[in-house]
Amino acid sequence: MEFLSDIASLINSTLRISTPLVFAAMAGIFAERSGVIDFSLEGKMLMAAFVAAVGSYFLGNPWLGLLLAIIACVSLSMLHGFASVTYKGDQVVSCVAINILIIGLTTALAAAWFGQAGLTPTLTEDQRFLEVNLPFAESLRDVPILGTIYSDILSGHYIFVYLAYLTVPIVFWVVFKTSFGLRLRAVGENPSAVDTAGINVFAMRYKALAINGVLIAFAGAHLSTAVNANFFREMSAGRGYLALAAMIFGKWHPKTALVACLLFGFTDALQIRLQGVELPAIGEIPVQLIQALPYVLTVVLLAGFVGKAIAPNAIGQPYIKER
Amino acid sequence: MATVDKSKVPWWVSNLIVPLVNLTLALFVSGLFIFIAGENPYEAVRLIIYGSFGYIEGFAYTLYYTTNFIFTGLAFAVAFHCRLFNIGGEGQAYIGGLGVFLVAINFSFLPVPIVWLLAVGGAVVFGAAWAFIPAYLQATRGSHVVITTIMFNFIAASLMVFLLVDVIRDTSQMGPHTVALPEEQWFPSFEDLAALFGIKIRYSPLNISFLLAIAASFFVWFLVWKTRWGYEMRAVGHNTQAAIYAGISPYKNIIIAMCISGGLAGLLGVNEILGVHHKIVAGFPAGYGFTGIAVALMGRNHPIGIFPAAFLFGILYQGGSEVTFDMPNITRYMFVAVQGVIILFSGALENLFRPQIENFFVNRLNLKAKA
Repeated sequence: MEFLSDIASLINSTLRISTPLVFAAMAGIFAERSGVIDFSLEGKMLMAAFVAAVGSYFLGNPWLGLLLAIIACVSLSMLHGFASVTYKGDQVVSCVAINILIIGLTTALAAAWFGQAGLTPTLTEDQRFLEVNLPFAESLRDVPILGTIYSDILSGHYIFVYLAYLTVPIVFWVVFKTSFGLRLRAVGENPSAVDTAGINVFAMRYKALAINGVLIAFAGAHLSTAVNANFFREMSAGRGYLALAAMIFGKWHPKTALVACLLFGFTDALQIRLQGVELPAIGEIPVQLIQALPYVLTVVLLAGFVGKAIAPNAIGQPYIKER
Repeated sequence: MATVDKSKVPWWVSNLIVPLVNLTLALFVSGLFIFIAGENPYEAVRLIIYGSFGYIEGFAYTLYYTTNFIFTGLAFAVAFHCRLFNIGGEGQAYIGGLGVFLVAINFSFLPVPIVWLLAVGGAVVFGAAWAFIPAYLQATRGSHVVITTIMFNFIAASLMVFLLVDVIRDTSQMGPHTVALPEEQWFPSFEDLAALFGIKIRYSPLNISFLLAIAASFFVWFLVWKTRWGYEMRAVGHNTQAAIYAGISPYKNIIIAMCISGGLAGLLGVNEILGVHHKIVAGFPAGYGFTGIAVALMGRNHPIGIFPAAFLFGILYQGGSEVTFDMPNITRYMFVAVQGVIILFSGALENLFRPQIENFFVNRLNLKAKA
């Protein structure tokens, strides 16, 4: 039975670890489907983590922290739009600027306001999100297999975990089944055609970026007000880039991106389990090398063992309305 | 906004006035951040100027930082001319440092100047090798070089910590660093050179790598603007389709541009290892690789622009450490944020006021011509 509970705990952590990646990948889908490159997922996630932690510390309510994080991330998305949609600046440069700015600003402000080296104060139980126990989880635990699945894998997660997996079908429906989604995709593929049809390309891209900001805020809040009880320096640790890689690997589709996110989450969960474990034939793998596993996997996946990724046609190009 | 006839815009407007206006805006926003952090921005500026120019050692520190930023700035610029975003300067510099150390320690039986040459070569080769894989994947598989180079930064950091903890650590010491190189291999420092002339100054990390940085600037200028390679690289960056039509291979040029870029970033290891630490210390690239992005964008990816931009960031770094010393609310991360703002205004938002400024000067010149 120990094997079974091992598997259950591995799946459980996979679901938890994948959560910020799923939010970020869905956020990325909106931006990139509209034709705007978004490498700034990383910076926005970090910003959300910082703002959510600080907000709920001062206001005493994690939901208010989340709200502030959403406002902060949407503002950053608008800044990205302002630079790269309105002023037609280089989209990648704009993202790099946002990422570096946020790494510096969050740590600097945390240090200035709280005096610790880039940490925010630990949140109390009222100030953070707690695990949600599904109904009857305790009493059903002893039911063979189904009980394990329900009580040990599905129950006892933070609210964000459930929200993340709920977001995926919604994103799928919005992007592929609504007229908004059709326009969104069209703007990313052929903006001049969309413009001819009387749809405002710039407004579409700003809308996509706004949704992107809302979604990425959840990823950050999950990190600092649910899984951890404070913000610390560079706590996003490359997750924004991992999510972007997952999205590209998933060919800009919510469903396949989800699979890629889960794969990353699983590698990370496995990486944590493998630390300090003696493997047969290989022996103990040094911690530093195991920790690099998700990053190596990203490179391998991006190298595309499943064929070349085709990005939306107009991605990265500012739209210039003809006169 | 009316479009401006580009040919009528004098060079000093687009290459001097516009960047200066953008820089001023960036510094103004940075001042706001310092204000939000609860300190006086005016006082911070005073401290920055004192810290970087006020005394000889401070100025030497400024030039030491300038050296690092020239290397990483040039690295970003070379790749950028081929339209590649090499965000991996940090990792390439880290691995470049490994190259310097391995060469210096293994060839210590050779005369010192030869060891130096080989070590510089080691830095270039190791840095270039670390850039090669992302370059190869970009060229053949279309994996976006931004993501792969960032991942290679993480991988380099893990790999180096692994090596420093388990493989090449100085076991007689506690910290994760290697043994020191033999003293005769250390680069002469500014302190030593001044002593030759009978001037006594206190320690600063400035060393002859500064001259290497200037040489590297000339090399990049020559390579990018005066050779066929440079031309092909820029052609691919400017318009890949046209370049292919002209018989230029984007595949080859992406790899060459990235490898040169990685090699230049690797040179940071020469300054840090032969010049300053004399051993590999965990995390020695300390963000210089990222700063190189800001330096290159501010310097408009030209060595002549990169030098003053690197110097400006040298002032910000050295003056910044003076600020963090005197102002408890400011940490060095504040200056990371300042870099972000500078990249934003001189990179992504560079068109914010460009048309207006160019219009203004073109109109004035027209008026003058008529009068």
